[in-house]
Parts: sequence; C-alpha cells; structure tokens
Amino acid sequence: MDNIPSTPTSLAAKKAPQIFRPFTWLMPHRVILIGLVIYLISLLINKLDWYWIEEYQDDILIGLWRTLVLLVTTFVTGFILAIPIGLVQVTGPKYLARLAQSFCSVIRGTPLLLQIWLIYYGIGSIFPEIEWLRDSFLWPYLTDAWPYAFLALTLSVAAYEGEIMRGAFAGVPKGELEAAKAFGMSPFKILTRIWLPRAIQRSLPVIGGEVILQLKATPLVATITLIDTYAVFSKIRQETYIVYEPLLFMTGIYLILAGIIALIFNRLEKKNEAH
Amino acid sequence: MFIDYQSMSIWELLAFNAPGWGGTLLKGLALSLEIAILGFLIGLLIGIFGALGKLSKNIISRDLWACYTTAVRAIPELVLILLIYFALPSALNSLLNAIGFEEIEINAFIAGVLVISFVQGAYATEVIRSAMMAIPTGQIEAAHAFAMPKFKILYRISLPAMLPHALPGLSNLWLIATKDTALLAVVGFTELTLAARQAAGSTKEQLLFLSVAGLLYLIISLLSDVFFKHLIRRANKGQMHG
Repeated sequence: MDNIPSTPTSLAAKKAPQIFRPFTWLMPHRVILIGLVIYLISLLINKLDWYWIEEYQDDILIGLWRTLVLLVTTFVTGFILAIPIGLVQVTGPKYLARLAQSFCSVIRGTPLLLQIWLIYYGIGSIFPEIEWLRDSFLWPYLTDAWPYAFLALTLSVAAYEGEIMRGAFAGVPKGELEAAKAFGMSPFKILTRIWLPRAIQRSLPVIGGEVILQLKATPLVATITLIDTYAVFSKIRQETYIVYEPLLFMTGIYLILAGIIALIFNRLEKKNEAH
Repeated sequence: MFIDYQSMSIWELLAFNAPGWGGTLLKGLALSLEIAILGFLIGLLIGIFGALGKLSKNIISRDLWACYTTAVRAIPELVLILLIYFALPSALNSLLNAIGFEEIEINAFIAGVLVISFVQGAYATEVIRSAMMAIPTGQIEAAHAFAMPKFKILYRISLPAMLPHALPGLSNLWLIATKDTALLAVVGFTELTLAARQAAGSTKEQLLFLSVAGLLYLIISLLSDVFFKHLIRRANKGQMHG
C-alpha cells in the first residue's frame, strides 16, 4: 500500500483528519453517537451474565500475560532478524539477497496457521524418532508448545518486517550515507549511527500497524494447545455454556490492546519526527 | 477398514483417488479459492461504498465508516470468525423471528464468505480511499462542469482513474484473502489447511501433507503475483512518470 503515489494536495487532505483536537469530540452527532454507545454498553452490562468474570479472573489475567509476552518476545526477536534480511536485499551480495527474498515470499505466501501447524505437528513429529534427543536436556522443551509457537511467530515477523526494512533501507537518502562516508565513518558505524536509525524512523508508522497485526495473529497459537487470552475464553465458553458474553469481553480486550499499541506508536512517532 | 499408510509411497499417498489424499487436498484448495474470490469481490464492493462514505461531506457516514475500519483492523480475524460464525446466525434468526419471518440457515460456506468479505471490506475501504484521493481534483471538477450525474462520475471517472493507484494495494488484499481462508479451519470448515491436517492425522505423515498444502498456497500466491504485476503494468501504460 506504500507504493500509492500521492500528490501534495492529497497529502494535505490525508493529514488533516489525523490531528487530534479534543473539541471535535463534542460535535453534536458525536455526542449522540457516544451516548448511544454508552447506552448500549450499559445495556450489555445489565442484561447479560457476567458472573463468570470473577470466577475466571486469574485465568484471564494469565492468558493476557501470555499473549503480551508472546507478542513482545516474538516481535523483538523477529525484528532483529528482519534487519539483516532487509539489509542484504539492498546491499547484496546477490546470492544472499536472493535467499532473503525467497524466504520472505515463502513465509508471506502461506497462511500463518499452516506454518504453525507445519512446525508443531510436522517438525514436532520428527523429533521423537531421534534417539539421543529424547534423553537430552532439550526434550522437556521440545514436548512443550511454546518453542514451536515462538519459532513460527518469529519467522513470520522476520519475513514481513524484512520486506518493510528493505524498503526503508532503500529509502534513506543517498546523500546522508555519502556524508557519513565522507566523515570517515566505518561501514558498521554508518549502519548503526545513520542508516538503521533513519530507516526505523521512516518506517515507524508502518511498524505500529505491524505490531497490531502481530497481536491479531497471536490467537492462532491456541490451536496448538497454548493457553493464551483466546484459549482462556474458549475454555470459559465451553465450561459455562455462555455464548455471547465471553466473546464480547474478549473482543473488548483485543480492541483495548490494539488501542494502547496505536497510542504508544503515535507517541514514538511524534517524538522522532523528521525535521 | 484398516489401510496401511506406512507402506505407501509418497505418490500413492498423494494419489487423487481414495486411499490417496490428493483429491481431498484439491477439493480443499477449490473451496479456499471460491471463498477467497467471493470474499475479495464483495469486499471490493464494500470498499467502494466505504471509500465514498469516508470521503463524503456527511460527517455521520464518515464517523460510522471510521468505526468499522478501525474495529476490523483491531479485532483478530479469529475472533471475528467466531463472532460471525456463532453469534451472527442466532442473532439474525431471533431478529427474523421477532419480525415474523422464518428462520434461515447460514451454512459454513456462506459464513466463511461473510467473514472474509467483512474483513476485506475494511482494508479495501482504506486502499480505495487513498487511491481516490490521488486522483487530481481537476478531473472530478471537469466532470462536474459537464453536468455529469454523481453515479456517472463514479463509474466513468473516479473508478477508472483510481484503479492504477489502487492495484498494488488490491493485489496485497487478494493475497490476504487467500491466506485468511485458512482461519476457517479453526471452526471446522474443510478448506485446504484443514484438509491437509486431516490427511496428515489419518496417515501420520504430518510433514508431507502440511508441506504440500503450503506448496499449493505458495503456487497460488506466486501466480497471483505474476497476474497482478501484469495488470499493474497494463494500468500504468497511459500514465506519465515524472
């Protein structure tokens, strides 16, 4: 979506609604809409069954914690992997660029659910056949779902972010890199001081969206027996036979998490704005 | 009946007819593609209305469409699938009961299409909106000056003019649609991913079947890539590159 060319006028039009002005919330139709939403929510709170929340409080919190840990660890690890993946596609050598490119298209061309299953059921089915592995200290980890979920989600981040970083590295103005070179900076220093920070700064708005996409991807690990937020609510639904309430509550949780992520990245963006 | 899968070769396992599972996989692939195509097209339609709604002067429609796109982009697809799969049919039927109509049955296929188009619609709204904003205002003004009716401006000027700008985003959306169909496996709809999982479970050849399914998805994505690149090149033929 980032290759859509935009004229200066359309850019101005695009930016206008994004400025946050508190008083725009007090426009009459918005007051009515907000009132309607509050009425609906109070209706939901009063009319529906919420007694289960207290009972499952601890489970929900543990699930939430797991979702967040999974989100943060996989995104950070994946992003660290994405930097070289993006970089080699810009700098070469050619065979490494080709390799990174095909890695990206394989991961981006197949559904994440299939990748998770392939890693958990597919690769996981090979390990028991290796004799020495069963006696090694690794075995307890390999029978757990965590490493597989972590690997699948990390690889996914690496591929999607690698693609974004490729564009970001290529988009840093050549003059800045040449100036750094003229100052006698070593290539490594140019990368860590100029190229990488500028690339990350330029791609921050996109990365914020990607973190939310990753949040939306985490429930998939529930299909390989990991008890995250999604799985906790599935359990609640099965045990209490309540259909709607847990679903609505879970939807609310994900909406709030996405909102928090968006806010954090808005802050980051403002702080690191280019001049 | 007991079938000795362990002694079968890869080609026997993947054979089209019954002890082989190739037919099941291809049937799953066909279902995945049908849902993806329908979802993509309906999503495109929603996207056109959404883009018009978001660009209109009516602030209420702007806010409502903004709520829709924000919500879809924040709620996990898996949760949306649960909502539409389980909650929507019963809600719809109780509504139909209340106004005195007969209950309808929403089968898995329709629910799947609904989910995919609902998600696609939100993303398509954003793609088409920014593509429409890239149309030089002079072209729309010229159409107004010719006293073209609104609808005619839409299909004669706005839609054709925004297409080159929207195509890269739309090709991305199509790939998302094909991949999102895999999520229907979670609610027990036998599309390609679940078909592969069933084959893998029955034959104990996990790696083989899941990899084959992955390969099929990959082929689809690579073919679509070539197709859309061709379309983009064609659409950009008359464009100036400054």
